[in-house]
Amino acid sequence: MKNSGTFKITAHGDREIVITRIFDAPRQMVFDAYTKPELIKRWLLGPDGWSMPVCEIDLRAGGKYRYVWRSDSDGREMGMGGVYREVVAPERIVVTEVFDEAWYPGEAVDTIALVEQEGKTTLTQTILYNSRETRDAVLKSPMQTGLAASYDRLERFLPLQGREALSA
Amino acid sequence: MAAANHLDATFAALADPTRRAILARLAKGETSVMDLAEPFAMSQPAISKHLKVLERAGLISRGRDAQRRPRRLEARPLRNATEWLEMYRQFWEAQFHRLDALLQDMQTEGIGKRAKRASNASQKARRIARLAQIPHRAKNACSE
Repeated sequence: MKNSGTFKITAHGDREIVITRIFDAPRQMVFDAYTKPELIKRWLLGPDGWSMPVCEIDLRAGGKYRYVWRSDSDGREMGMGGVYREVVAPERIVVTEVFDEAWYPGEAVDTIALVEQEGKTTLTQTILYNSRETRDAVLKSPMQTGLAASYDRLERFLPLQGREALSA
Repeated sequence: MAAANHLDATFAALADPTRRAILARLAKGETSVMDLAEPFAMSQPAISKHLKVLERAGLISRGRDAQRRPRRLEARPLRNATEWLEMYRQFWEAQFHRLDALLQDMQTEGIGKRAKRASNASQKARRIARLAQIPHRAKNACSE
């Protein structure tokens, strides 16, 4: 896809992860794709081989949402949910997130900001963990396994980090 | 306590291009300080300064040979940092590829406009039929 190159993910400060990405679509459309269950279910499917049988959203400050993903192969489920703190269509969403079987304490706060320019939309998504300890726990026990980097991959990854401006 | 602090130190150490180049070199095996300095137009004290930062971050350690003063890569902190970001990267990249496809569909099909109006039953049925297919198609597209 032509916008893959615009994808950036950075560790920011002690507690944040920041994701940026440009989409070839007007802001309202990206906002809809982020907030309408029938649209979310078409892209936020989780890892390969998973689907999203549950996606419920009450899109207003104080409203709740609930996502459940299911593994096609063994039926395992992974659920998460939270509460919207701020909804400013079509430009900004602040929402909490907690996984059902959270491997870290507390909840994270997601801030999604959309900026449109010449028909393209820049997404900036900031995930803020509630404490250093929480991030600590996330680091110790990643949500997906099987990504152990070999020395080879490590080497290939190094030059890339310059481009991606790892430290913010 | 340690993991988050270490991660900060790791990211700070990785922020410099010379230090990344040193690590890339060490990924091939233990190397003396002199050999490490060679490809860079830098004095040995300047290289030693970079090595100290890398050492403090736990990214490299010293080999036994006191004469050659070799350094070697310590994979774990780097792996922790890269694995973590790599995991997020892969996850989101796959999601965003699908979102690209969806946004394109929305533009060609005018779903955005249609969603504003009250959609009639037949449109809804067609959309549901499409929902059933798209995840499968997108999954295949993103699987390589």
